[in-house]
Amino acid sequence: MSQLMIDRLWQAAFDTLFMVGVSAGIAVLAGLPLALFLVISGPGGILPAPKANRAVGALVNGFRAVPFIVLLVALIPFTRLVAGTTIGVWAAIVPLSVSATPFFARIAEVSLREVDPGLIEAAQSIGCRRRHILVHVLLPEALPGIVGGLTITVVSMIGASAMAGAVGAGGLGDVAIRYGYQRFDTTVMATVIVILIALVCLVQSAGDTAVRRLRAR
Amino acid sequence: MAGLAFDTIRDPARWIAEGTPARALPAARTGQEGRPAAGTVRFEALSKTYRSAAGEVRALDSIDLEIPAGAIFGIIGRSGAGKSTLLRAVNRLEEPTSGRVLIDGAPIAALDTDGLVALRRRIGMIFQHFNLLSAKTVRQNVALPLVVAGVPRAEIGPRVDEALRLVGLEAKAETYPSRLSGGQKQRVGIARALVSRPEILLCDEATSALDPETTLSILSLLRDINRRLGITIVLITHEMSVIREACSHVLVLEAGRIAETGPVWRVFGAPEHHATRALLEPLTRGLPEDLAARLRPHPAPGAATVLRITYSGREAPDLSALAAAAAAPVRLLQAGIERIQGHAVGRMLVAVAAAGADPGVEDRVRALGGVVERIGYVATDD
Repeated sequence: MSQLMIDRLWQAAFDTLFMVGVSAGIAVLAGLPLALFLVISGPGGILPAPKANRAVGALVNGFRAVPFIVLLVALIPFTRLVAGTTIGVWAAIVPLSVSATPFFARIAEVSLREVDPGLIEAAQSIGCRRRHILVHVLLPEALPGIVGGLTITVVSMIGASAMAGAVGAGGLGDVAIRYGYQRFDTTVMATVIVILIALVCLVQSAGDTAVRRLRAR
Repeated sequence: MAGLAFDTIRDPARWIAEGTPARALPAARTGQEGRPAAGTVRFEALSKTYRSAAGEVRALDSIDLEIPAGAIFGIIGRSGAGKSTLLRAVNRLEEPTSGRVLIDGAPIAALDTDGLVALRRRIGMIFQHFNLLSAKTVRQNVALPLVVAGVPRAEIGPRVDEALRLVGLEAKAETYPSRLSGGQKQRVGIARALVSRPEILLCDEATSALDPETTLSILSLLRDINRRLGITIVLITHEMSVIREACSHVLVLEAGRIAETGPVWRVFGAPEHHATRALLEPLTRGLPEDLAARLRPHPAPGAATVLRITYSGREAPDLSALAAAAAAPVRLLQAGIERIQGHAVGRMLVAVAAAGADPGVEDRVRALGGVVERIGYVATDD
């Protein structure tokens, strides 16, 4: 492999990490409130709102139904509005976040739902208001599950980011397609695959460690 | 500091006087005319109906009841009798379909969120499965009621220490609940319930998940708290032994209605309702098998009469008077007399020799007190 190729791989790895990192951050910031809303507004929740719950649920499902590569194209007008451009890393971050947010929201929702209703009842009995229940009961008790869910989200985002090449955002997937596949460069293809595997293993084991520490309490 | 905290616990008046702002609400404690003492719970025609796909279920049916301040009030009944619903109505975890709940004479149904939160800070609650927050340490769990009430941080530390000392868990303050035994978890639950210095403590099957030994230690802690702090304790259970061990008053619920209520010694000594008898069954020994096999329904020459005496009274049963009343040799076949709240309560089986022809023996024994039943005759084997 030429020095040029090695530099290109470094750049691609950085782009992938950057895209995934920023999008994951946005997915958490947007997905967690969504998940909380879905849980507390659902049947038996502490703030039942059946209509709003169904509406948000449908919206989340709608976004989850669209394949990422389609979303990438379909969101172009929105991307231009938000990022000011439709090509490059930032143009990929918008659809990546939009696709990861409902995914993460659903996973976090499951963890939040698994919090023992007895704990919420105990919190009510000691004079907790709704916001106290969110801060002191739902979020901390569901945290191990939420962190585990975030790990799954990030891993699937690394996969999705391979398609970011379609909007010229670069990244490891883009390099693999352009050099490995279209130019028959098997070495590049293999290197990218190895890097991706290493990346995913790293993310997964970091997530697992965090979950184990949280559960050990 | 330690001395001060200890005194606070020892002296109920100070414990109460230093209560949280929530405690100092206009619903004054005592002295105010026409107001019941702090810690009084009153149910008026309380009913609760659940609607489900299977139809309507009446969990509670016009319950009228007053729980006096300072009592340890036990509510017992089979599963589904409505005890949990009744208990939860006290702090509005359960909203009744009709009727009223009054705490210290004030109805609670109309309270808004602020009023309800203030009320719940005056009512502690502990649970069968403890319901401790796994992500928080023992200290953080116990501190939570104060944290959410906005109590200044400097005050929280000493009060948490005080509550942990009360339940004997000072050493476990920095531990996470998952590392504690069941009994220790329930002690943390009790500390959390008491840290707001409530006037009422609700216990929802608080000992049902514990082994018999731990159950006894938790019950003795509850009695201690009741005596030292003057807190009204309302507990629900399906075990009569818990009532016997801890309670001053008992209410037997059957299918959402009051079957029987009163001081424990009276309900235990002379159960009137079949539901009460059924619940007492595990505590009372039946007829011994060998005796049951020999028991005959009709008198035979030389047979002794077997009498069952169900006794409850201030004085323990007088055996010499019993012998005199029988006017014949008396054998004690089986007996279990206990002291409950200063009363002797229990049952005796006696065999009165050759009393088959003497129909007056029951009446003479009955005159000594207690319920007397002639349950049969046994041939004397010697």
